[in-house]
Amino acid sequence: MTKFNYTAKDFKSAAEVRWCPGCGDYAIMNAVQKTMADMDIAHKDFAVISGIGCSSRFPYYMSTYGFHTIHGRAAAIASGVKSANPDLTVWVMTGDGDSLAIGGNHFIHLVRRNINLNLVLFNNKIYGLTKGQYSPTSDRGKITKTSPFGTIEDSFVPGQLVLGSRGTFFARAVDNNMKHTQEVLADAALHQGTSIVEVLQNCVIFNDGIHDFISDPKFRSERQIFLRKGQPMIFGELEDKGLILEKGKLKVAKIGENGITREDILVHEPSEDNLGLQVALINMTLPEFPVAMGVIRSVEAPVYDQEMKKQIETVQQKRKISCMDELLQSGNTWTVEGENCSEPVKFFDNKCFG
Amino acid sequence: MKNAKVIELEEVAIRFSGDSGDGMQLTGTLFSDTSALLGNDISTFPDYPSEIRAPQGTVGGVSGFQVQFGKKKITTPGDLAHVLVAMNPAALKANAVFMNPGGTIIFDADSFSGKNLEKAQFKTDDPFTELKLNDFSLIPVPITSMTKESLKELELDNKSILRCKNMFALGLICWMFDRPLDYIEKFIQSKFGKKSPLIAEANLIVLHTGYNYGMNLQHMTPQYIVHPAPIEKGTYRNINGNNATAWGFIAAAEKAGLELFIGSYPITPATDILQALAERKDLGVKSFQAEDEIAGICTTIGAAFAGDLAVTSTSGPGFALKSEALGLSVMAELPIVVVNVQRGGPSTGLPTKTEQSDLLQTLYGRNGESPVVVLAASTPSDCFYYAFLSAKITLERMVPVVLLTDGFLGNGSEPWRVPSMDELPSITPRKAKNPETFLPYNRDPETLAREWAIPGMEGFEHRIGGLEKNNAGGVNQDPDNHQRNSEMRAAKVEKVADMIPEMEVDGEPEGDLLVVGWGGTYGHMISSVRAMQEAGKNVSLAHFNYIKPLPKNTAEVFGKFKKIVVCELNMGQFASYLRDKLPQFTYHQVNKMKGLPFSVHELVENFDKLLEA
Repeated sequence: MTKFNYTAKDFKSAAEVRWCPGCGDYAIMNAVQKTMADMDIAHKDFAVISGIGCSSRFPYYMSTYGFHTIHGRAAAIASGVKSANPDLTVWVMTGDGDSLAIGGNHFIHLVRRNINLNLVLFNNKIYGLTKGQYSPTSDRGKITKTSPFGTIEDSFVPGQLVLGSRGTFFARAVDNNMKHTQEVLADAALHQGTSIVEVLQNCVIFNDGIHDFISDPKFRSERQIFLRKGQPMIFGELEDKGLILEKGKLKVAKIGENGITREDILVHEPSEDNLGLQVALINMTLPEFPVAMGVIRSVEAPVYDQEMKKQIETVQQKRKISCMDELLQSGNTWTVEGENCSEPVKFFDNKCFG
Repeated sequence: MKNAKVIELEEVAIRFSGDSGDGMQLTGTLFSDTSALLGNDISTFPDYPSEIRAPQGTVGGVSGFQVQFGKKKITTPGDLAHVLVAMNPAALKANAVFMNPGGTIIFDADSFSGKNLEKAQFKTDDPFTELKLNDFSLIPVPITSMTKESLKELELDNKSILRCKNMFALGLICWMFDRPLDYIEKFIQSKFGKKSPLIAEANLIVLHTGYNYGMNLQHMTPQYIVHPAPIEKGTYRNINGNNATAWGFIAAAEKAGLELFIGSYPITPATDILQALAERKDLGVKSFQAEDEIAGICTTIGAAFAGDLAVTSTSGPGFALKSEALGLSVMAELPIVVVNVQRGGPSTGLPTKTEQSDLLQTLYGRNGESPVVVLAASTPSDCFYYAFLSAKITLERMVPVVLLTDGFLGNGSEPWRVPSMDELPSITPRKAKNPETFLPYNRDPETLAREWAIPGMEGFEHRIGGLEKNNAGGVNQDPDNHQRNSEMRAAKVEKVADMIPEMEVDGEPEGDLLVVGWGGTYGHMISSVRAMQEAGKNVSLAHFNYIKPLPKNTAEVFGKFKKIVVCELNMGQFASYLRDKLPQFTYHQVNKMKGLPFSVHELVENFDKLLEA
């Protein structure tokens, strides 16, 4: 069935991986490599672009084409790569500092344009590479080296930002759940448009355990809700809890109590353009709610790189000018001739241009 | 016609001026195009405020357009105008200083009323005496009332009627200089004809009214004859520097067999480059209007990584924002061209005025040792060739190139003999050939250029980045490796000297004074040097288009002159660069920081002083 029969190994480079032992990045990389192998797209057509930060070392560890760029600019550079050649499969590897602080502008505009690439947002709520300063996703009050008395600012919720930028695809996963991360990445890879996957990632050195309350495998089914297309939004060890809408607001309901049955539980429809509900799902926090995992939104919309290509093709079908010589001779031109005139001298004559 | 006072001139400069909403740029452009079509050589200079519509009638809101045309080669728009068209008192006030003594001033008599005089801050009712213009030939023309009168039959609102005033002035000037109206008529028809035939009709009526007015009152309006210039055979068009730059890149992409990508952000006075390229979807140009200046260059770098001829355009402030990413392209050794259409700075500075003050920023304004190739175009039309050449250098040498133009070149226009593509040299991008031996930073021993392997090419998969690297593109921060790579990157830029021409001086190869200029000042420099040569002075011009690297024979050229004077529209940036590169010479300086081009007159005056000293 598959054309290439790749395995994850085909996507690993020979470079020594230098993330700290126990870093969540390892698991994410494994999931990405597995996803790429499963995509069954020619290895030569992958381009992995990153900015600056721990996660941004990613391209060096891949055997594909890769470009480790500058802080915050991965989204912009990847936008150029994909617009120049829509046939490439472009992945952006970035972190909360890279994409939501210094690169915030590029991030929202990438999402707005809906360029067909996959962006994995490693969210560890801290600056790791610079050794522990607060990031735009650090919670209010967080004590770090640059906030010794606690931060006095609120954080971004990445999914909110994505949907606020008219994002067509947003998913969330946790680094210690590789199977689910892979599942989500596979969906992201299939999506036509910009897919943003936020991975809650543990920085073992500077923010160890920041996601523990959510990610602890022992309480996974109680504290996380795995949203799947067409499935009721049910969670809990005993699958006995679900999400309902009450007075326009999300609420956790116990199935079997107060007359609530499985039929009353909301069904997840990520492909419906239902921004309000999808943002509400993104905003769910413990302890009132479980944290939403999976593909929360995946809707169809025109794709920038394809539109760019289409526009050029459409104009070219009716074009009057098809080459530079025709352009040079087009419009308001006039001819000079006669005895008074000298022969033209080529600009590059007598100069050493080969 | 017989009764008309007919004056024959070698060359003449006309300045159209009015409120920024009066359509003076269009009036000037139409007149210039008409003159070029008649076979005059021309040079134009739009001089407009940065506000789209500054308060009406104030000096700050005056928009001007100067064109010089003649029967010989025209290299500047003229220091001073022979004829001024002033639509209101503010226009007169703003432009009186740019008038040739004894010139002709045509003004809208209707607008020279109390209120308008006040707005222009005249103290008396007699602005001409106030500005000491009594020796000039003053021609009051009731432009507003004649325009209204001629359109009273049409069902047009007052605002639309007043917007036709510029056509009256244009018609009158066309009569004075014996220009046919057919080109302008065609333009009006194609611009308004379909959308609003009434507006087209109104403009045409007023244009003819203006023309006929001149003919009927020929006793007071002198008529001038300027014969066509003897020039090279060929097909000509009028082109401004920004358009020429844009087209140079399209030509280069076609020559190189690549697709053209521009990632850019609008900024005065460079925006026209992005616009001109966005228009050329028919030729496959991919234009990406980025969210900011940084994204402009970053998308460009991405497109270069993906295998396009990738360019970005900007002006000083935007160039500053692009610095870090330009450093990335130095480190990654990806081919990109950055065009900086310079304007007055620092900060927002003088957005619509010309200056050459980004030279040092371009050469040195990045972190680390970050050498790039720097070229500078010198006339509106040669922007085409230098854009083409920038692309050739970047693609063949895998080094970023910055092309410096400026507001004067970008907006100024001149007739251009259009080349055929056969006249342009080939461009051979350094595409990687052998996957067995490929390493991203293996270098050609001659040029030190690396090879370009593009995603999608099988067997060449590799990683690059902004970190110091080894030949395989992997991270390497060994001391010796960084030393070697820094030297390589610098040497690679210097090697470009092998593919650029040597400096040829205009005039004798040795003499008393070598005038040195660079970039957009060429027209004024050559005019002033020629004027001195004609006066028997021993002066030559060395005008630089290649800034980094300098032409190989620069020192040799400099060594043959007693004195060297470096003229530039900044405080002496090229002079200080030359002092660094060629410290054995003494450099005198002529500098100007007024947001205006040099005038030939001031240059000649300075050169004379240097010769006498």
